[in-house]
Amino acid sequence: MIEQQHAVQSGQNGTLIRIAHLVKNYQLGEVEVHALRGVSLDVQRGEFVAIMGASGSGKSTFMNILGCLDTPTKGSYILEDIDVSKLTRDELAHIRNGKIGFVFQGFNLLSRTSALENVELPLLYCAMSNAERHARAVGALEKVGLADRSHHFPNQLSGGQQQRVAIARALVNNPSIVLADEPTGNLDSRTSVEVMEIFQELNRIGITIILVTHEPDIAQFTKRHIVFRDGRIRADKPNPAQRIAADVLREMPEIDEDTDE
Amino acid sequence: MKTLNIIRSAFRALRRNKMRSFLTMLGIIIGVGAVIAMLAIGQGAEYSVKQQISALGTNVLIVFPGSQQQGGLRVGAGSMTTLTEEDAAAIQKECPAVAYVSPGTRSGGQVVAGNLNWGTSIEGTGADYLEIRKWTVEYGEYFSEQDVKGAAKVCVLGRTVADNLFPESSPIGQTVRLRNMPAKVIGVLSKKGQNAMGQDQDDIILAPYTTVLRRLSHFPYLRQILVSATSPNTIPEAERQITELLRMRHKIESFDQDDFTIRNQSDIAATATATTEILTILLASIAGVSLLVGGIGIMNIMLVSVTERTREIGIRMSVGARGRDILTQFLIEALVLSLLGGIVGIGLGVGGSYAISGLANWPTIVTAFSIILSFTFSIAIGLFFGFYPARKAALLNPIDALRYE
Ligand SMILES: Nc1ncnc2c1ncn2[C@@H]1O[C@H](COP(=O)(O)OP(=O)(O)O)[C@@H](O)[C@H]1O
Ligand SMILES: [Mg+2]
Repeated sequence: MIEQQHAVQSGQNGTLIRIAHLVKNYQLGEVEVHALRGVSLDVQRGEFVAIMGASGSGKSTFMNILGCLDTPTKGSYILEDIDVSKLTRDELAHIRNGKIGFVFQGFNLLSRTSALENVELPLLYCAMSNAERHARAVGALEKVGLADRSHHFPNQLSGGQQQRVAIARALVNNPSIVLADEPTGNLDSRTSVEVMEIFQELNRIGITIILVTHEPDIAQFTKRHIVFRDGRIRADKPNPAQRIAADVLREMPEIDEDTDE
Repeated sequence: MKTLNIIRSAFRALRRNKMRSFLTMLGIIIGVGAVIAMLAIGQGAEYSVKQQISALGTNVLIVFPGSQQQGGLRVGAGSMTTLTEEDAAAIQKECPAVAYVSPGTRSGGQVVAGNLNWGTSIEGTGADYLEIRKWTVEYGEYFSEQDVKGAAKVCVLGRTVADNLFPESSPIGQTVRLRNMPAKVIGVLSKKGQNAMGQDQDDIILAPYTTVLRRLSHFPYLRQILVSATSPNTIPEAERQITELLRMRHKIESFDQDDFTIRNQSDIAATATATTEILTILLASIAGVSLLVGGIGIMNIMLVSVTERTREIGIRMSVGARGRDILTQFLIEALVLSLLGGIVGIGLGVGGSYAISGLANWPTIVTAFSIILSFTFSIAIGLFFGFYPARKAALLNPIDALRYE
């Protein structure tokens, strides 16, 4: 059911995100930090974008604004024809709830809360029956291959599994876009590729994904590379040689991963 | 977010820190328990004071020596010498609205019977005293008008005195020594038990007032004159007649104050009830303070909780929780704490009140009002003290909350 919905979305091609002259300044005491110095960018439906760049180049700042977790100092951000930069706190919460799935480097799961309940979390903040919420959370966990771990707590899951729970949580609301800030930053290389395999599978069924990484290996699994430097876009080009994570995994040596502890 | 889900997750959050939640609730439990128990004690005292006073008889008047009341206190020691036996006799004779009159005086002292002795209060009364008080004699008889006239050396014992001086034998016909005067016991009063203030009403000896005046206290004036009106309706009339008579007898000029005070049962009831009401309010306020302290405990723990769970708040906001969802969540947690505490506290208060009645033999009354009051109060405390921490959580910025270490 979820797949169908995404297929429909990817069918209506067009611009999903339109960003113009985005500026973000932080006030650090006396000093003003210019984290973003005028970023302009369009993202079409169905894209799979990697944002790269050195540490401190403004990638996270940009992602947080995209995810409506933070607001820009200047510039416009239009998501699905909505000018997000003009919304109130509550309206932004509504956008985060309905249109955005965010995956963090540190997973950000609720501790002592089962995988299933973590995935259900976004659905608690929209009108939905308990039965439907449960069904959708189970479906999202299935999609990331963790249906059998739904009653485990985060501390009973490996890092890779925790990140897959976080991805399931990002998916459960059928978002217009999935944003991931260094989702493989805390994972070993094989687990990273496994997570990228999931993202590729999601992108294949039509979900738009933007992820931040500073590892060129990880960026190779995406379709478009944007490089940030000092709060500006320095390069923006398609990736002609997208690698397929499933193939890479087959060539990688099998390690006994996914332990339960 | 549905209320039921919020309540469920509030319970879960509180279960995660069982000890802390319990200790926080303990403040409310003790506060609510104390309010209920204190109200029960106060209202119990009020009730039995009222009972006691109505047991005095509905048409009783008491004439005291001394001028008009000032703030509930009789003033001036010298003014104790205004009521005489003749005044009492005149009231009996000349006031048609008066049924019975019993002059009264009192003397304390040791009472000795054989090798036993007992300290008690010796009340000098008239022959009609029992009529007025509606008391009865259990064994023997009460002294007569003749005994009063002759200042006879007779007395009637209260049950406590009888039991202590004559543990084995019947006191009737025996001799006791009131201070140094031998007096024959002619009767024992029926048991009356404790009064509202916990005083034993059976710890008393009645003797003719003439005997007490002339043979014990050697003081010619009366401490009081107990009067009963012919009916409850004639009380004002009796009061008027007595006032007129005594003013005339005492030769008081028209603009001067009375040198006596007449109090009726409702005056006495009002004073006594006012006193116990103040007692109730005082007790409940002290208990209320502890409830307030319990509320501050909730606020303290909720503030700690908001700080500890800043990341959780950030996560919830990142998936779409609005400020008011977070506000509701923390407010409901505070409310659950105070409500659970309130319910347990009501149990404790009611149980405690019964225990106090049983162990200390104090009358206690738990009213629906006091339960509703403390329940409402604990809800209000939860809302009031939970609001600030909850609002603090709700106003967090999603990204700041997520970044919080
Ligand atoms: N909350 C903040 N307050 C002040 N400065 C910040 C804040 N967040 C980020 N910055 C600064 O903004 C710049 C960009 O940071 P960030 O977007 O986190 O970079 P990246 O994710 O590319 O490493 C850095 O110089 C960083 O120090
Ligand atoms: Mg970063």
